[in-house]
Amino acid sequence: MLKFRVIPCLDVKDGRVVKGVNFVDLRDAGDPVESAVAYDAAGADELCFLDITASHENRGTILDVVQRTAEACFMPLTVGGGVRTIDDIRNLLLAGADKVSIMTAAVHNRGFVKDAAEKFGSQCIVVAIDAKQTAPGKWEIFTHGGRNPTGLDAVQYAREVVALGAGEILLTSMDRDGTKSGFDVALTRSIADAVAVPLIASGGVGTLDHLVEGIRDGHATAVLAASIFHFGEYTIRDAKRHMAAAGLPMRMD
Amino acid sequence: MSVAIVNYGSGNLHSATKAFERAARSSDYSGDIVVSADPDFVRTAERIVLPGVGAFADCRRGLDAVPGMIEALTDAVRRRGAPFLGICVGMQLLASRGLEHEITAGLDWIAGDVAPIEPADTSLKIPHMGWNTLAPRQSHPLLAGIPTGEHGLHAYFVHSFHLKPTLADEIAATTDYGGDIVAMVSKDNVAGTQFHPEKSQRLGLALIANFLGWRP
Repeated sequence: MLKFRVIPCLDVKDGRVVKGVNFVDLRDAGDPVESAVAYDAAGADELCFLDITASHENRGTILDVVQRTAEACFMPLTVGGGVRTIDDIRNLLLAGADKVSIMTAAVHNRGFVKDAAEKFGSQCIVVAIDAKQTAPGKWEIFTHGGRNPTGLDAVQYAREVVALGAGEILLTSMDRDGTKSGFDVALTRSIADAVAVPLIASGGVGTLDHLVEGIRDGHATAVLAASIFHFGEYTIRDAKRHMAAAGLPMRMD
Repeated sequence: MSVAIVNYGSGNLHSATKAFERAARSSDYSGDIVVSADPDFVRTAERIVLPGVGAFADCRRGLDAVPGMIEALTDAVRRRGAPFLGICVGMQLLASRGLEHEITAGLDWIAGDVAPIEPADTSLKIPHMGWNTLAPRQSHPLLAGIPTGEHGLHAYFVHSFHLKPTLADEIAATTDYGGDIVAMVSKDNVAGTQFHPEKSQRLGLALIANFLGWRP
Protein backbone atom coordinates (compact mmCIF):
# COMPACT_ATOMS: atom_id res chain seq x y z
CA MET A 1 0.00 0.00 0.00
CA LEU A 2 1.25 3.48 -0.87
CA LYS A 3 2.09 5.51 2.23
CA PHE A 4 1.41 9.17 2.94
CA ARG A 5 4.53 11.31 2.97
CA VAL A 6 6.07 13.72 5.46
CA ILE A 7 8.38 16.25 3.83
CA PRO A 8 10.58 18.67 5.77
CA CYS A 9 11.46 21.82 3.83
CA LEU A 10 14.69 23.77 4.19
CA ASP A 11 15.06 27.37 3.02
CA VAL A 12 18.47 27.78 1.41
CA LYS A 13 20.04 31.16 0.72
CA ASP A 14 23.44 31.53 -0.95
CA GLY A 15 24.07 27.85 -0.27
CA ARG A 16 23.30 28.13 3.46
CA VAL A 17 20.26 27.06 5.46
CA VAL A 18 18.13 29.89 6.80
CA LYS A 19 16.39 28.94 10.09
CA GLY A 20 18.76 26.01 10.50
CA VAL A 21 17.93 22.64 11.91
CA ASN A 22 18.71 22.38 15.60
CA PHE A 23 17.26 19.07 16.69
CA VAL A 24 20.54 17.22 16.43
CA ASP A 25 24.16 18.13 17.08
CA LEU A 26 25.36 19.32 13.73
CA ARG A 27 28.91 20.46 13.20
CA ASP A 28 27.52 23.21 11.00
CA ALA A 29 23.80 23.92 11.35
CA GLY A 30 23.97 26.16 8.29
CA ASP A 31 25.07 23.38 5.98
CA PRO A 32 22.05 22.13 4.02
CA VAL A 33 23.76 18.79 3.38
CA GLU A 34 24.20 18.06 7.09
CA SER A 35 20.55 18.91 7.70
CA ALA A 36 19.53 16.71 4.79
CA VAL A 37 21.52 13.79 6.17
CA ALA A 38 19.89 14.29 9.59
CA TYR A 39 16.40 14.25 8.07
CA ASP A 40 17.27 11.22 5.97
CA ALA A 41 18.31 9.37 9.13
CA ALA A 42 15.20 10.62 10.95
CA GLY A 43 12.88 8.92 8.45
CA ALA A 44 11.75 11.84 6.27
CA ASP A 45 9.99 10.53 3.16
CA GLU A 46 11.35 13.24 0.90
CA LEU A 47 13.24 16.45 1.32
CA CYS A 48 12.50 19.85 -0.14
CA PHE A 49 14.97 22.70 -0.67
CA LEU A 50 13.54 26.11 -1.34
CA ASP A 51 16.25 28.33 -2.81
CA ILE A 52 15.66 31.91 -1.70
CA THR A 53 18.96 33.25 -3.02
CA ALA A 54 18.27 36.76 -4.25
CA SER A 55 21.32 37.71 -6.28
CA HIS A 56 21.82 36.33 -9.74
CA GLU A 57 25.54 35.72 -9.18
CA ASN A 58 24.86 33.29 -6.35
CA ARG A 59 22.15 31.31 -8.12
CA GLY A 60 24.60 28.51 -8.86
CA THR A 61 25.19 27.80 -5.18
CA ILE A 62 22.07 25.62 -5.01
CA LEU A 63 23.52 23.27 -7.64
CA ASP A 64 26.51 22.54 -5.44
CA VAL A 65 24.19 21.93 -2.48
CA VAL A 66 22.02 19.56 -4.51
CA GLN A 67 25.02 17.69 -5.83
CA ARG A 68 26.53 17.19 -2.38
CA THR A 69 23.13 16.16 -0.98
CA ALA A 70 22.66 13.53 -3.68
CA GLU A 71 26.06 12.11 -2.75
CA ALA A 72 25.07 11.68 0.88
CA CYS A 73 21.30 11.03 0.89
CA PHE A 74 19.50 8.27 -0.96
CA MET A 75 16.03 9.75 -0.73
CA PRO A 76 13.92 11.86 -3.08
CA LEU A 77 14.75 15.53 -3.28
CA THR A 78 12.60 18.37 -4.62
CA VAL A 79 14.17 21.74 -5.33
CA GLY A 80 12.30 24.96 -5.95
CA GLY A 81 12.83 28.70 -5.98
CA GLY A 82 13.79 30.82 -8.95
CA VAL A 83 13.32 28.08 -11.54
CA ARG A 84 12.62 29.97 -14.77
CA THR A 85 14.08 28.12 -17.72
CA ILE A 86 14.40 24.62 -19.15
CA ASP A 87 18.14 24.91 -18.47
CA ASP A 88 17.45 25.66 -14.78
CA ILE A 89 15.46 22.41 -14.59
CA ARG A 90 18.04 20.39 -16.49
CA ASN A 91 20.85 21.66 -14.27
CA LEU A 92 18.98 20.78 -11.07
CA LEU A 93 18.06 17.30 -12.33
CA LEU A 94 21.61 16.64 -13.47
CA ALA A 95 22.89 17.76 -10.08
CA GLY A 96 20.71 15.10 -8.48
CA ALA A 97 17.28 16.65 -7.80
CA ASP A 98 14.41 14.25 -8.46
CA LYS A 99 11.72 16.87 -8.82
CA VAL A 100 11.81 20.54 -9.58
CA SER A 101 9.19 22.93 -8.33
CA ILE A 102 8.20 25.91 -10.46
CA MET A 103 6.04 28.79 -9.37
CA THR A 104 6.29 32.33 -10.72
CA ALA A 105 7.52 31.24 -14.14
CA ALA A 106 4.43 29.03 -14.49
CA VAL A 107 2.12 31.90 -13.51
CA HIS A 108 3.64 34.15 -16.15
CA ASN A 109 3.96 31.53 -18.85
CA ARG A 110 1.75 28.46 -18.65
CA GLY A 111 3.55 27.03 -21.70
CA PHE A 112 6.64 26.59 -19.53
CA VAL A 113 4.85 23.83 -17.60
CA LYS A 114 4.00 22.05 -20.83
CA ASP A 115 7.53 22.38 -22.22
CA ALA A 116 9.07 21.18 -18.97
CA ALA A 117 6.76 18.16 -18.67
CA GLU A 118 7.34 17.17 -22.27
CA LYS A 119 11.08 17.52 -21.92
CA PHE A 120 11.62 15.82 -18.55
CA GLY A 121 8.37 13.97 -17.83
CA SER A 122 5.47 14.97 -15.60
CA GLN A 123 6.87 12.92 -12.72
CA CYS A 124 9.56 15.53 -12.01
CA ILE A 125 7.56 18.71 -12.57
CA VAL A 126 5.95 20.10 -9.43
CA VAL A 127 3.93 23.29 -9.71
CA ALA A 128 3.98 25.33 -6.52
CA ILE A 129 0.85 27.36 -5.79
CA ASP A 130 0.72 30.12 -3.18
CA ALA A 131 -2.90 31.02 -2.56
CA LYS A 132 -4.87 33.41 -0.36
CA GLN A 133 -8.57 33.44 0.37
CA THR A 134 -10.35 36.37 -1.27
CA ALA A 135 -13.99 35.39 -0.60
CA PRO A 136 -15.72 32.40 1.01
CA GLY A 137 -14.74 29.35 -1.06
CA LYS A 138 -12.50 31.49 -3.34
CA TRP A 139 -8.72 31.57 -3.37
CA GLU A 140 -6.40 33.61 -5.55
CA ILE A 141 -2.83 32.86 -6.62
CA PHE A 142 -0.18 35.23 -5.26
CA THR A 143 3.51 35.46 -6.11
CA HIS A 144 6.54 37.01 -4.39
CA GLY A 145 5.81 35.59 -0.95
CA GLY A 146 2.16 36.59 -1.06
CA ARG A 147 2.76 40.22 -2.04
CA ASN A 148 1.65 40.17 -5.66
CA PRO A 149 -1.91 39.20 -6.57
CA THR A 150 -2.34 37.64 -10.00
CA GLY A 151 -6.12 37.60 -10.41
CA LEU A 152 -5.95 33.84 -11.04
CA ASP A 153 -8.40 31.50 -9.33
CA ALA A 154 -6.37 28.86 -7.50
CA VAL A 155 -8.60 25.86 -8.25
CA GLN A 156 -8.94 26.76 -11.91
CA TYR A 157 -5.19 27.36 -12.18
CA ALA A 158 -4.40 23.99 -10.56
CA ARG A 159 -6.62 22.20 -13.07
CA GLU A 160 -4.91 24.08 -15.88
CA VAL A 161 -1.31 23.29 -14.88
CA VAL A 162 -2.17 19.62 -14.33
CA ALA A 163 -3.71 19.47 -17.80
CA LEU A 164 -0.44 20.94 -19.12
CA GLY A 165 1.60 18.19 -17.47
CA ALA A 166 2.37 19.09 -13.84
CA GLY A 167 2.90 15.80 -11.99
CA GLU A 168 2.35 17.16 -8.50
CA ILE A 169 1.01 20.28 -6.79
CA LEU A 170 2.76 21.93 -3.84
CA LEU A 171 0.04 24.06 -2.28
CA THR A 172 0.81 26.74 0.31
CA SER A 173 -1.85 28.78 2.05
CA MET A 174 -0.40 32.29 2.38
CA ASP A 175 -3.07 33.03 5.00
CA ARG A 176 -1.77 30.23 7.20
CA ASP A 177 1.95 30.20 6.40
CA GLY A 178 3.90 30.96 9.58
CA THR A 179 0.78 31.10 11.78
CA LYS A 180 0.99 27.57 13.23
CA SER A 181 -2.83 27.49 13.14
CA GLY A 182 -3.06 24.52 10.76
CA PHE A 183 -3.51 24.04 7.03
CA ASP A 184 -6.32 25.81 5.20
CA VAL A 185 -8.20 22.53 4.94
CA ALA A 186 -10.97 23.88 2.69
CA LEU A 187 -8.42 25.22 0.19
CA THR A 188 -6.42 22.00 0.30
CA ARG A 189 -9.46 19.83 -0.28
CA SER A 190 -10.81 22.05 -3.06
CA ILE A 191 -7.61 21.65 -5.04
CA ALA A 192 -6.81 18.03 -4.11
CA ASP A 193 -10.28 16.97 -5.25
CA ALA A 194 -10.04 19.00 -8.45
CA VAL A 195 -6.88 17.37 -9.80
CA ALA A 196 -5.80 13.78 -10.52
CA VAL A 197 -2.18 14.24 -9.39
CA PRO A 198 -0.74 14.06 -5.85
CA LEU A 199 -0.90 17.21 -3.72
CA ILE A 200 1.52 18.31 -1.00
CA ALA A 201 -0.14 20.51 1.64
CA SER A 202 1.94 23.31 3.11
CA GLY A 203 1.58 26.38 5.30
CA GLY A 204 0.42 26.63 8.89
CA VAL A 205 1.53 23.43 10.60
CA GLY A 206 1.82 23.94 14.36
CA THR A 207 0.80 20.58 15.79
CA LEU A 208 0.87 16.95 14.77
CA ASP A 209 -2.92 16.94 14.51
CA HIS A 210 -2.57 19.51 11.74
CA LEU A 211 -0.61 16.96 9.69
CA VAL A 212 -3.43 14.45 10.11
CA GLU A 213 -6.02 17.05 9.09
CA GLY A 214 -4.13 17.92 5.91
CA ILE A 215 -4.43 14.32 4.72
CA ARG A 216 -7.66 13.09 6.30
CA ASP A 217 -9.71 16.26 5.74
CA GLY A 218 -7.69 18.09 3.09
CA HIS A 219 -7.17 14.98 0.93
CA ALA A 220 -3.46 15.75 0.45
CA THR A 221 -1.13 12.79 -0.17
CA ALA A 222 1.84 14.48 1.46
CA VAL A 223 2.41 17.15 4.09
CA LEU A 224 5.25 19.64 4.17
CA ALA A 225 6.45 21.48 7.24
CA ALA A 226 9.48 23.45 8.28
CA SER A 227 9.65 25.03 11.70
CA ILE A 228 7.99 22.30 13.78
CA PHE A 229 10.76 19.98 12.69
CA HIS A 230 13.72 22.35 12.48
CA PHE A 231 13.38 23.55 16.05
CA GLY A 232 12.99 20.08 17.45
CA GLU A 233 9.43 20.53 18.71
CA TYR A 234 8.63 17.24 17.05
CA THR A 235 10.74 14.68 15.29
CA ILE A 236 9.77 13.22 11.93
CA ARG A 237 9.20 9.94 13.74
CA ASP A 238 6.84 11.61 16.28
CA ALA A 239 4.89 12.99 13.34
CA LYS A 240 4.67 9.67 11.53
CA ARG A 241 3.74 7.74 14.67
CA HIS A 242 0.99 10.26 15.40
CA MET A 243 -0.35 10.03 11.87
CA ALA A 244 -0.21 6.21 11.93
CA ALA A 245 -2.09 6.21 15.25
CA ALA A 246 -4.78 8.31 13.54
CA GLY A 247 -5.18 5.50 11.02
CA LEU A 248 -3.08 6.89 8.15
CA PRO A 249 -0.74 4.38 6.45
CA MET A 250 2.81 5.64 7.08
CA ARG A 251 6.28 4.30 6.28
CA MET A 252 8.02 3.46 9.55
CA ASP A 253 11.19 1.79 8.05
CA MET B 1 36.09 -5.33 -13.48
CA SER B 2 33.56 -2.56 -13.70
CA VAL B 3 29.93 -1.54 -13.63
CA ALA B 4 28.90 0.56 -16.61
CA ILE B 5 26.10 3.02 -15.91
CA VAL B 6 24.88 3.82 -19.38
CA ASN B 7 24.87 7.55 -20.10
CA TYR B 8 22.40 8.52 -22.80
CA GLY B 9 21.30 11.87 -21.45
CA SER B 10 18.91 10.57 -18.80
CA GLY B 11 18.39 12.63 -15.67
CA ASN B 12 19.11 10.40 -12.70
CA LEU B 13 22.71 9.49 -13.51
CA HIS B 14 24.30 11.38 -10.66
CA SER B 15 22.16 9.89 -7.90
CA ALA B 16 22.37 6.41 -9.42
CA THR B 17 26.15 6.63 -9.60
CA LYS B 18 26.47 7.83 -6.02
CA ALA B 19 24.20 5.06 -4.75
CA PHE B 20 26.24 2.43 -6.62
CA GLU B 21 29.46 3.88 -5.22
CA ARG B 22 28.04 3.75 -1.70
CA ALA B 23 26.77 0.17 -2.12
CA ALA B 24 30.10 -0.89 -3.67
CA ARG B 25 31.98 0.43 -0.64
CA SER B 26 29.67 -1.28 1.83
CA SER B 27 29.70 -4.60 -0.01
CA ASP B 28 33.44 -4.66 -0.79
CA TYR B 29 32.81 -4.72 -4.52
CA SER B 30 36.27 -4.19 -5.93
CA GLY B 31 35.33 -2.96 -9.40
CA ASP B 32 34.86 0.60 -10.59
CA ILE B 33 31.55 2.34 -11.09
CA VAL B 34 31.82 4.10 -14.45
CA VAL B 35 29.32 6.38 -16.16
CA SER B 36 29.80 5.73 -19.84
CA ALA B 37 28.41 6.72 -23.22
CA ASP B 38 31.02 4.56 -24.96
CA PRO B 39 29.54 1.41 -26.56
CA ASP B 40 32.95 -0.29 -26.57
CA PHE B 41 33.23 0.17 -22.84
CA VAL B 42 29.68 -1.02 -22.22
CA ARG B 43 30.26 -4.07 -24.40
CA THR B 44 33.07 -5.30 -22.15
CA ALA B 45 31.79 -4.13 -18.75
CA GLU B 46 31.27 -6.79 -16.12
CA ARG B 47 27.84 -5.42 -15.16
CA ILE B 48 25.50 -2.94 -16.81
CA VAL B 49 22.97 -0.48 -15.41
CA LEU B 50 20.46 1.36 -17.57
CA PRO B 51 18.88 4.26 -15.67
CA GLY B 52 16.03 6.30 -17.09
CA VAL B 53 13.56 9.00 -16.18
CA GLY B 54 11.04 10.88 -18.25
CA ALA B 55 8.99 9.63 -21.16
CA PHE B 56 9.51 6.23 -22.80
CA ALA B 57 9.82 7.60 -26.35
CA ASP B 58 12.33 10.29 -25.24
CA CYS B 59 14.48 7.70 -23.51
CA ARG B 60 14.35 5.39 -26.53
CA ARG B 61 15.40 8.28 -28.77
CA GLY B 62 18.22 9.11 -26.33
CA LEU B 63 19.47 5.53 -26.47
CA ASP B 64 19.23 5.44 -30.27
CA ALA B 65 21.18 8.70 -30.44
CA VAL B 66 24.32 7.05 -29.04
CA PRO B 67 25.72 5.24 -32.10
CA GLY B 68 26.23 1.53 -31.47
CA MET B 69 24.85 1.55 -27.91
CA ILE B 70 21.90 -0.77 -28.47
CA GLU B 71 24.14 -3.24 -30.31
CA ALA B 72 26.67 -3.06 -27.47
CA LEU B 73 23.96 -3.67 -24.86
CA THR B 74 22.62 -6.60 -26.86
CA ASP B 75 26.10 -8.13 -27.22
CA ALA B 76 26.95 -7.74 -23.56
CA VAL B 77 23.63 -8.70 -22.02
CA ARG B 78 22.02 -11.10 -24.45
CA ARG B 79 25.07 -12.82 -25.94
CA ARG B 80 27.67 -12.65 -23.15
CA GLY B 81 25.20 -12.76 -20.24
CA ALA B 82 26.45 -9.74 -18.30
CA PRO B 83 24.28 -8.99 -15.24
CA PHE B 84 21.94 -6.14 -16.18
CA LEU B 85 19.75 -3.81 -14.11
CA GLY B 86 17.26 -1.39 -15.65
CA ILE B 87 15.87 1.33 -13.41
CA CYS B 88 12.47 3.01 -13.88
CA VAL B 89 12.22 3.91 -17.58
CA GLY B 90 15.45 1.90 -17.98
CA MET B 91 13.36 -1.08 -16.85
CA GLN B 92 10.41 -0.13 -19.02
CA LEU B 93 12.68 -0.04 -22.08
CA LEU B 94 13.07 -3.82 -21.71
CA ALA B 95 9.47 -4.23 -22.90
CA SER B 96 8.36 -4.93 -26.46
CA ARG B 97 6.54 -1.62 -26.78
CA GLY B 98 5.89 1.62 -24.95
CA LEU B 99 2.43 3.15 -25.32
CA GLU B 100 3.22 6.54 -23.70
CA HIS B 101 2.11 9.40 -26.01
CA GLU B 102 2.98 7.28 -29.07
CA ILE B 103 3.78 3.63 -29.78
CA THR B 104 7.52 3.14 -29.46
CA ALA B 105 9.54 -0.04 -29.82
CA GLY B 106 11.38 -1.20 -26.71
CA LEU B 107 14.36 -3.56 -26.54
CA ASP B 108 11.90 -6.50 -26.43
CA TRP B 109 13.94 -8.46 -23.88
CA ILE B 110 10.85 -8.85 -21.68
CA ALA B 111 7.71 -9.48 -23.75
CA GLY B 112 4.98 -7.01 -22.88
CA ASP B 113 3.77 -3.44 -23.16
CA VAL B 114 4.30 -0.31 -21.08
CA ALA B 115 0.78 1.03 -20.51
CA PRO B 116 -0.87 3.74 -18.38
CA ILE B 117 -1.61 2.83 -14.76
CA GLU B 118 -5.39 2.56 -14.43
CA PRO B 119 -6.23 1.81 -10.79
CA ALA B 120 -9.65 0.31 -10.12
CA ASP B 121 -10.13 3.00 -7.47
CA THR B 122 -10.30 6.18 -9.55
CA SER B 123 -9.67 8.39 -6.52
CA LEU B 124 -6.06 7.15 -6.51
CA LYS B 125 -3.68 9.77 -7.82
CA ILE B 126 -1.48 9.34 -10.89
CA PRO B 127 1.59 9.38 -10.87
CA HIS B 128 1.94 6.55 -8.37
CA MET B 129 4.34 8.61 -6.28
CA GLY B 130 5.91 7.71 -2.98
CA TRP B 131 6.85 4.75 -0.81
CA ASN B 132 5.29 1.35 -1.29
CA THR B 133 6.09 -2.21 -0.22
CA LEU B 134 7.03 -5.12 -2.47
CA ALA B 135 5.31 -8.48 -2.88
CA PRO B 136 7.84 -10.93 -4.35
CA ARG B 137 6.51 -13.42 -6.91
CA GLN B 138 9.70 -15.47 -6.81
CA SER B 139 12.79 -15.73 -4.67
CA HIS B 140 15.15 -13.48 -6.60
CA PRO B 141 18.82 -12.98 -5.65
CA LEU B 142 18.45 -9.18 -5.90
CA LEU B 143 15.85 -9.30 -3.10
CA ALA B 144 17.90 -11.64 -0.88
CA GLY B 145 17.94 -10.55 2.75
CA ILE B 146 15.53 -7.64 2.13
CA PRO B 147 12.38 -7.67 4.28
CA THR B 148 9.47 -7.53 1.81
CA GLY B 149 5.71 -7.86 2.13
CA GLU B 150 3.27 -5.52 3.79
CA HIS B 151 5.45 -5.09 6.88
CA GLY B 152 8.73 -5.02 4.97
CA LEU B 153 10.91 -2.15 3.81
CA HIS B 154 9.60 0.38 1.31
CA ALA B 155 10.74 1.30 -2.18
CA TYR B 156 10.33 4.73 -3.80
CA PHE B 157 8.14 4.84 -6.90
CA VAL B 158 7.30 7.69 -9.24
CA HIS B 159 5.62 6.68 -12.48
CA SER B 160 2.40 6.97 -14.47
CA PHE B 161 3.04 4.01 -16.80
CA HIS B 162 3.91 0.43 -15.96
CA LEU B 163 5.34 -2.62 -17.67
CA LYS B 164 2.85 -5.46 -18.11
CA PRO B 165 4.89 -8.58 -18.94
CA THR B 166 3.19 -11.19 -21.11
CA LEU B 167 4.80 -14.03 -19.15
CA ALA B 168 3.90 -14.21 -15.47
CA ASP B 169 7.20 -15.88 -14.59
CA GLU B 170 9.08 -12.76 -15.70
CA ILE B 171 7.46 -10.79 -12.88
CA ALA B 172 9.81 -10.83 -9.90
CA ALA B 173 7.76 -8.59 -7.59
CA THR B 174 4.62 -6.49 -7.58
CA THR B 175 3.37 -3.60 -5.51
CA ASP B 176 -0.21 -2.71 -4.68
CA TYR B 177 -1.76 0.48 -6.03
CA GLY B 178 -5.44 -0.13 -6.65
CA GLY B 179 -4.37 -3.53 -7.99
CA ASP B 180 -1.05 -5.17 -8.77
CA ILE B 181 1.61 -3.02 -10.40
CA VAL B 182 4.78 -4.75 -11.60
CA ALA B 183 7.61 -3.52 -9.39
CA MET B 184 10.39 -5.75 -10.68
CA VAL B 185 10.95 -7.98 -13.71
CA SER B 186 13.60 -10.61 -14.27
CA LYS B 187 14.72 -13.06 -16.90
CA ASP B 188 18.03 -14.89 -16.64
CA ASN B 189 20.75 -12.24 -16.23
CA VAL B 190 18.32 -9.35 -16.82
CA ALA B 191 16.51 -7.53 -14.00
CA GLY B 192 14.62 -4.28 -13.87
CA THR B 193 12.99 -2.25 -11.11
CA GLN B 194 10.13 0.17 -11.62
CA PHE B 195 11.09 1.81 -8.34
CA HIS B 196 14.25 3.83 -7.83
CA PRO B 197 16.77 1.81 -5.78
CA GLU B 198 19.04 4.88 -5.74
CA LYS B 199 16.29 6.76 -3.85
CA SER B 200 15.04 3.90 -1.72
CA GLN B 201 17.38 4.25 1.23
CA ARG B 202 17.99 0.88 2.98
CA LEU B 203 16.03 -1.27 0.56
CA GLY B 204 17.68 0.38 -2.43
CA LEU B 205 21.25 0.16 -1.19
CA ALA B 206 20.73 -3.51 -0.21
CA LEU B 207 19.33 -4.31 -3.65
CA ILE B 208 22.24 -2.58 -5.37
CA ALA B 209 24.72 -4.46 -3.17
CA ASN B 210 22.95 -7.70 -4.16
CA PHE B 211 23.24 -6.72 -7.82
CA LEU B 212 26.99 -6.13 -7.44
CA GLY B 213 27.41 -9.70 -6.16
CA TRP B 214 24.86 -11.32 -8.49
CA ARG B 215 26.12 -14.31 -10.48
CA PRO B 216 23.19 -15.30 -12.68
